[in-house]
Amino acid sequence: MLGSFAVLRKQSLLGDAISHAALPGIAIAFLITGAKDTNTLLLGALVSGLIGTFWIRGIVTKTHLKSDTALGLILSLFFGFGMLLLTFIQKQPNANQAGLDKYLFGQAATLVESDVWLMAIVTGLCLFVLLLFWKEFKLLLFDADYTKTLGFNTKFIDVLITSFIVLAIVLGLQTVGVVLMSAMLLAPAAAARQWTNSLATMVLLAAIFGAFSGIFGTAISASQNNLSTGPVIVLVASVFVFVSFVFSPSRGLLFKQIRFIRNRRDLQLHKTLAFMHNIAETHEDISHPHAIKLLNNFQGYTRKTLKKLVEKDYVTLQGNMWSLTETGFETAANLYTKQTTEDE
Amino acid sequence: MKQIAVKVDDLTVAYNYKPVLWDIDLEIPEGVLMAIVGPNGAGKSTLIKSILGILKPIAGSVSIYDKPYEKQRQLVAYVPQKGSVDWDFPTTALDVVMMGTYGSLGWIKRPKQKEKKAALEALEKVGMLAFKGRQISQLSGGQQQRIFLARALVQNASIYFMDEPFQGVDATTEIAIINILKELRKAGKTVIVVHHDLQTVPEYFDWVTFLNVKKIATGPVKDIFNDDNLTKTYGINYKVSIQE
Repeated sequence: MLGSFAVLRKQSLLGDAISHAALPGIAIAFLITGAKDTNTLLLGALVSGLIGTFWIRGIVTKTHLKSDTALGLILSLFFGFGMLLLTFIQKQPNANQAGLDKYLFGQAATLVESDVWLMAIVTGLCLFVLLLFWKEFKLLLFDADYTKTLGFNTKFIDVLITSFIVLAIVLGLQTVGVVLMSAMLLAPAAAARQWTNSLATMVLLAAIFGAFSGIFGTAISASQNNLSTGPVIVLVASVFVFVSFVFSPSRGLLFKQIRFIRNRRDLQLHKTLAFMHNIAETHEDISHPHAIKLLNNFQGYTRKTLKKLVEKDYVTLQGNMWSLTETGFETAANLYTKQTTEDE
Repeated sequence: MKQIAVKVDDLTVAYNYKPVLWDIDLEIPEGVLMAIVGPNGAGKSTLIKSILGILKPIAGSVSIYDKPYEKQRQLVAYVPQKGSVDWDFPTTALDVVMMGTYGSLGWIKRPKQKEKKAALEALEKVGMLAFKGRQISQLSGGQQQRIFLARALVQNASIYFMDEPFQGVDATTEIAIINILKELRKAGKTVIVVHHDLQTVPEYFDWVTFLNVKKIATGPVKDIFNDDNLTKTYGINYKVSIQE
């Protein structure tokens, strides 16, 4: 759902950076409290995720570095620091330390009822804020400068969107883990973009795709032994993306190709017909038979297109001679005007 | 003496060390159709963006009808450069025009029938009503520019700032746009346009500002649009034939 915004802001990698940046937060929260209470760990993740995000912001606005460089830098810095802390924790004689690495790849099985409630509440909150500020979000996403001139506080909207993205990521960490979280954020949105040209539908579809990936992924991993849930969910989401890329009616590769071929064929037909029309016009009788050889002067001509024209009753073939029918002549005459109006 | 619609005092803007705009004083009277001309990098867009508060100036102030700009936002509409947004954004032409109503709506409130009606009227004015449901990426450059213009029209402002509205549009669209701008002027609005084509300045505009980091000159086209000012602005010996 929130992934839609990340995708449209062309900040797709932000999710990746945030999730990696959350890792040291988890480790530090553990070091401070010494316990593996989910809420405190996630709070730590939230804090360090936010710090990471605003550092990235700062780097981009204060230096000449591009945002991908800034993202990469922060991502590896925080992740490296997080890993360092994790290995340090592993050497500690604290019996609790086992299981922290679960956050790397996620493990849905570690979720307990209270976690699910927390997720539900945050999701509800996200939905509420999204509906409340829908207009502002859309405006900022499309045209930030213009938003400013209308008198909206763009910084506030920006921080709001970013905070919720961070929140969503942090909550997903437990299930999918640091490494795969960004896929979970982006895959449903990327898939949804293929199917629709409306922002509202896109966000809704992304939410549905995300939910289905979650459900199917969990179901598949539960039915097989030793399949960890996070990666399976991400794989299911990727299937959605793949299917969307190929089969979407307007943007999909498959239909694009089909349309392309069909257009070519239609144009070939038109061209042949137009050529015949030109020849036929030189005779009084439009159905004056011509030798097929005549058509050889024209490159677009093929026996296949000629047969198609016969099928459509535009042309009659007798032996090696073709002649234009009444309807064929009219269609050809109308063709040019029709085509120009269609282009409008 | 006409009222001053826009007044700029001592405006200085810099991105890095080098100033992009230096100490600009500018008074734009109400009801003019003004071109801002100058070479690339002269700070034309920057001037507009600083007036509108998109960029933060190092020094200087802007007032609209004698009050600070911040208090007069609703009097001002902006048409950004067409290339400044991603046209693959999932939305329709009508939807983009509706965005023009968001400012008067304020936070949270949703556009209703009244706003939709205003948007449709604006679309009709720019001759784009037939395309209202069209996905914006499927519009031509000229059509996209008209959509942006319609979005500003919906704001029903007194002062319009436009950043190169004629860039990359065909002759038909250019004429359509200039006719709308002239209509705005007739209705007593003030229109300020960043413009590139010097040849059309005398034909389209009645006021002009020459800009090249510093303000070179500003005033009625018939008085100051001459080779002297053009040479000062563009740095080469510029000759333009003004058609009478």
